[in-house]
Amino acid sequence: MKASTNTDALLVSAYIEGNEAALSELITRHKQRIYSFIYSKVFDRDVSDDIFQETFIKVIRTLKRGAYNEEGKFLPWVMRIAHNLVIDHFRKNNRMPKFENSGDFNIFSVLSDSSLNAEKNMIKGQIENDVRRLIEELPEDQKEVLIMRIYKDMSFKEISEQTGVSINTALGRMRYALINLRKVIEKHNIILTN
Amino acid sequence: MQKMYSETSRVERVNEKLAPKEETIRFLLDYSMALSVIDYNELKFEALLN
Repeated sequence: MKASTNTDALLVSAYIEGNEAALSELITRHKQRIYSFIYSKVFDRDVSDDIFQETFIKVIRTLKRGAYNEEGKFLPWVMRIAHNLVIDHFRKNNRMPKFENSGDFNIFSVLSDSSLNAEKNMIKGQIENDVRRLIEELPEDQKEVLIMRIYKDMSFKEISEQTGVSINTALGRMRYALINLRKVIEKHNIILTN
Repeated sequence: MQKMYSETSRVERVNEKLAPKEETIRFLLDYSMALSVIDYNELKFEALLN
């Protein structure tokens, strides 16, 4: 009798008896059906290959240990193992959902993270510190106006009321504060960009 | 853009004749050859022999 006409049960028995070729015959006979079943659930070739492999590892171990007792129902038994492994796969993946990148479309081309990374955050902090140190070097009256305008977000009217000077004087002090800051920055080649 | 709309749908792909990679099957056959189950006092030990 040719191997290809053997029933699954005969092939299983032959394999348990030590005929390795019987396993090859069983896999060849059922691979397409089992693989398509797995693929129809997971829609990913690599994952399907992994689950197919895991399925047959279980089959091999069960048969070699002599723990198989479903003679004549080989394929439904293997399908059940595959089905359980597919469920395990989804259980694992539900804890960490993944987006499948397929073909030309890349999810990262439409998703962006506008927050700064750790390095840029550090640089931003350093720049802000540098600017504060530069402001500290300004004459007291200019520093006062600049801090009120920039850090306290006060209007020039409010600044003039609080400092007791006219709006024009406050505007002038702000102008000189910026000019002086620029001068120091240029003179010392200070780079204040991220 | 055209590719995004004209790509074969998942369901159609399922209907194609799908099969595992040759290397997957090779691995399984090699694994089977290497696996040996040893019975000892009603205990079963698995050994992978190269």
